[in-house]
Amino acid sequence: MNALAIPMRAVRQLPGLFIVGFVITFAWIAVAILAPVLAPYDPDAIAFDALLTAPSPDHLMGTDQLGRDIFSRVLYGARVDLFMGVVGLIVPLVIGVFLGLLSGYFVGWTDTIIMRALDITIAFPFLVLVLAIVAVLGPGLSSYFVALALVAWVPYARLVRGQVKLIKQTDFIAATTSLGFGSTYTLIRHVLPNCIVPALVFAVTDFVLIILYGSSLGFLGMGAQPPTAEWGVMIADGQTYLSTAWWISFFPGLALLTLGVGAALLGDGTAKLMRVER
Amino acid sequence: MIIQLIVDRLKQLIPALLGVALVTFLLVHLIPGDPVALLAGDRASPETIAAVKTRYGLDQPIVVQLFYYLKNIAMGDLGQSLRFRIPVTELILQHLWPTALLMIMTILITIPCAIILAALAASHQDRPLDHAIRAFSVAGIAIPVFWIGIVLARIFSVQLGWFPVAGFGEGLWDNVYHLVLPSITLAIGIVPVLARNLRASLLEMMEADFVTAARSKGVPESYIFKRHVFMNALIPNLQLFGVIVAFLFGGTIVVEKVFAIPGIGQLLISSILGRDYYVVLGLTFFFAVFTMLVMLIVDLVSMLIDPRLRS
Repeated sequence: MNALAIPMRAVRQLPGLFIVGFVITFAWIAVAILAPVLAPYDPDAIAFDALLTAPSPDHLMGTDQLGRDIFSRVLYGARVDLFMGVVGLIVPLVIGVFLGLLSGYFVGWTDTIIMRALDITIAFPFLVLVLAIVAVLGPGLSSYFVALALVAWVPYARLVRGQVKLIKQTDFIAATTSLGFGSTYTLIRHVLPNCIVPALVFAVTDFVLIILYGSSLGFLGMGAQPPTAEWGVMIADGQTYLSTAWWISFFPGLALLTLGVGAALLGDGTAKLMRVER
Repeated sequence: MIIQLIVDRLKQLIPALLGVALVTFLLVHLIPGDPVALLAGDRASPETIAAVKTRYGLDQPIVVQLFYYLKNIAMGDLGQSLRFRIPVTELILQHLWPTALLMIMTILITIPCAIILAALAASHQDRPLDHAIRAFSVAGIAIPVFWIGIVLARIFSVQLGWFPVAGFGEGLWDNVYHLVLPSITLAIGIVPVLARNLRASLLEMMEADFVTAARSKGVPESYIFKRHVFMNALIPNLQLFGVIVAFLFGGTIVVEKVFAIPGIGQLLISSILGRDYYVVLGLTFFFAVFTMLVMLIVDLVSMLIDPRLRS
């Protein structure tokens, strides 16, 4: 029984929005990889003879207060923001799935402790707790990743725990146990593959949120630090020049919006696909 | 009966409250540097240091310190601001009003918008209008709120001059006027989520047996929608609304920064940047307690609406 197999029938019925999301997301991944080839300028090159110039054929998206080319910075920004989304997603995903497995499979104090930790974590508004942890550790991307590891595992643990509780009742798990296989083997070989799908589906949506919160942190001065070409940091740069040079904030935000919308459509489509299969 | 329910829910809240206090206590202890030096200031006399140590019990073992911390919190003492030299509680109260008004206005904008969009989508199921609203609500979670705020400020404040660019103003009407754009910005972030869920529950209720029954008795369609479909669809969304209010706190922090609103969100950011740790952690605790209270109220309201939840 392979829960990850996607039937061809479902693939052929893919909704249009899913395909749009898929194309946008992978276009941004391509941009991130090809940034050095595509970017016309060095993203960090300061040019005092081209401060705050409006979009033109020379500078497609204009230049910022230090004369840096916004278009190049937006392209390189895709690297930073996608990196933030991937690293920020994987760590909580692994922690959450692991804790969810333990909590669902072993009743008693293991479950109790994990569920208490979960209750307490969700009592805090997400961004507030992340900011408090970043405040203690000091602003920066690594603090954001630590904060995510401490806070963002909750939905995964919850989803996996619920699935494990269901799977545990099934005959094939009873068979594995009665054949004398140990808990570790049963958990990894049989329980995990059957519990992971909802967590992975949620991860696609979570990816959007982690990038959005990361760029919000960058905007607030708590995430990636200037002069990093991170979209949130760039939007904050432009806020000072809102009345004279709108392009500084506008284009990085547009990049963030399109990547986010693409990934959100992809996430929604994935969720539907998995439901079709079930 | 209702009082009994409230008391029961309050009792369930106590372990969570203790947990939240434990987390902020741990964070206080993870702060780099000597907390006494932070509290008393760089040029404090030995007497002041001793007084601070005794007041916060910093000369005691950590378990005793935790006890002192809990006792202080229970008495509303969240510590002292290092920058302003006034109690954190007082500082929070000074900055509370702009944030409260911003949240109230956002909620007042959000609810009608979400209901209208959801009702339109549900009544035009699988037709173009429904598809458009659904696409908007899926994409909606990806909208960077702080960027939308900047774009709106650029168009409506800088370009058209309809609203102030930033600040909070003087007097209630001026305050409301200053918060129009910020609250619309925040609403854009949450309307899609709420509309999406409300649409799903509306559609679910439209298929329900009691709706078919009402229809077969010849009850007018508009009455069925108002009385049966809508009221029943509201309950699961009330729970979601509680989650969204918690989510709004995150949004207000960012939007207050965009529009320079002197609320507790701005206070949090300036305190983090100014290393005013006790304000940061006091606010964190405050946000968590407030969130728990909102969830509690949502639970109680749901129980009032739906007798089935009372058992």
